[in-house]
Amino acid sequence: MGTIQFDDVSLRFAGGARPAVNRVTCQVNSGEIVVILGPSGCGKTTLLKMVNRLYEPTGGNIFLDGVNIRKIKATKLRQQIGYVIQQSGLFPHMTVADNVAVVPKLLGWGKPQIQARIDELLELVKLPPGEFRDRYPAQLSGGQQQRVGIARALAGNPGIMLMDEPFGAIDAITRAALQDEILRLQGQLKKTILFVSHDVEEALRLADRILVMRLGEVVQFDTPFNLLTQPADEFVYNLLGADDMVRQLGLLRVASAMMALPPNYSNGHNPTLSHLDSLRDALSLILKTGAPALTVLEEGNPVGLLTLDHIRESAVAGPGAGENRR
Amino acid sequence: MSYLLSQPTEVLTLLLQHLRMTGISLGVAIALAVPLALLATRLRWLAVPLMGGLGILYTIPSLALIIFLVPLFGLNATSVIVAMVLYTQVILVRNLTVGLAGINPAVLEAARGMGMSVSQRWWRVQVPLVLPVFLAGVRIAAIVAIAIATIGAKFNAGGLGKLLFDGIQTNRYDKIVAGAIAVALLALVINGLLLALEHYAQPQRRLKKTL
Ligand SMILES: Nc1ncnc2c1ncn2[C@@H]1O[C@H](COP(=O)(O)OP(=O)(O)O)[C@@H](O)[C@H]1O
Ligand SMILES: [Mg+2]
Repeated sequence: MGTIQFDDVSLRFAGGARPAVNRVTCQVNSGEIVVILGPSGCGKTTLLKMVNRLYEPTGGNIFLDGVNIRKIKATKLRQQIGYVIQQSGLFPHMTVADNVAVVPKLLGWGKPQIQARIDELLELVKLPPGEFRDRYPAQLSGGQQQRVGIARALAGNPGIMLMDEPFGAIDAITRAALQDEILRLQGQLKKTILFVSHDVEEALRLADRILVMRLGEVVQFDTPFNLLTQPADEFVYNLLGADDMVRQLGLLRVASAMMALPPNYSNGHNPTLSHLDSLRDALSLILKTGAPALTVLEEGNPVGLLTLDHIRESAVAGPGAGENRR
Repeated sequence: MSYLLSQPTEVLTLLLQHLRMTGISLGVAIALAVPLALLATRLRWLAVPLMGGLGILYTIPSLALIIFLVPLFGLNATSVIVAMVLYTQVILVRNLTVGLAGINPAVLEAARGMGMSVSQRWWRVQVPLVLPVFLAGVRIAAIVAIAIATIGAKFNAGGLGKLLFDGIQTNRYDKIVAGAIAVALLALVINGLLLALEHYAQPQRRLKKTL
């Protein structure tokens, strides 16, 4: 549930000198977070808004779970897709509860079901319902508004979430907390998330894969690890700041560099760490303990092994990337 | 003041005439202003000439405007009511267009992105958000209408203005004072009622103040 397929998708706005989105073909798999990354004006928002038909492509097709979205009524389609935007777009005349209830009401849910859903979602985004249910958006901080925005987008239980720079206008500390929140929620909910950002750190933190765009075209679509180690060209290399190794290690998750457990793995005396920890955490753990390898845990169960060599491989920019660019 | 108390039936009759003129003119004016404002919002090029035309109407003295209308509608309340409608248009249309234009575009985009239809967006988002602004316009229009209705007495339309003009004609000072007080009281009461309605229409502001 929740595969998005772009098939040769283009959009040229009336009067536009060049297409805002030019011949994009790619597939976002069910349950993954894909961050669309690129400089301002490169077509990220345009690409995103074609998925819920706020814009119609002038060329190509988009499929959700194999169904061409042109065949789905626009309002029906949008009710099945969560949508979060930068300025939250909360309805100022509605309470937090009423904001969250919008899509369930559109979907025709019963009253008790909607009430239960509101409380469930407010708990989920860590806004205690008792305190926040009856507040108006003007009575919330920017970060709280965005939490409500996320709860509202999740309300109809969509398989897909579209998020357009949702944390763009939020201070750095709150933004980091909200990013953690997204990762935590995603661990529970396993949505397909298409997330627009122009912030590299955010992209590296959140993404399973990053779609790098430039002038309306996809430059590279790969995992953070591969983007850093094998950037397709100078543009990607510079965009990601791939020349700063320490920073890079701090941004990559352990899971991106570890190897699978060997079949004969027996729980040795390796130090352990979480798959969500950064490679910098791993490096300091190796240096501190002197152990040859670390065991990576996911929810307490071993899922992989990490050695100094794995970390070194991640830190060295891939073939053709490093040498001639210094 | 004593005249108001000593002649309750006469004053009441005049008050009802006054209210009737004000009510009818406001009703017609709103029914006209809403589509005009929507049209001006939809067709951008229309906004400037429309507001300009209505603005010019507003600068014509009310007495002169009613005199223009008498040949068309007769020496009666209709001419006065038409003048009131024309007068209040500029207030209502402007408040409504400004109110609609003032809605945060992010809110409208969210409404669209969540799958609301055009009519759902109108009734659930746009109407509640412009209502306070629109009601503020209605309140000002009502005061203007009450003032013009006072002049209506000169044109055989009755209303509280009759006390004033009769008083002037017969040199009855107490009647003049009674007329002036009655009109002022009416304006104050209507203003207060509409202000309360405005307040009621924006729960988010009401709560914000209590924080
Ligand atoms: N509604 C529109 N009409 C015309 N041009 C637009 C519209 N929206 C965006 N554009 C243009 O399309 C390009 C891509 O815009 P956008 O997708 O918003 O970029 P991004 O989200 O990456 O900053 C820009 O050059 C922008 O000026
Ligand atoms: Mg954008």
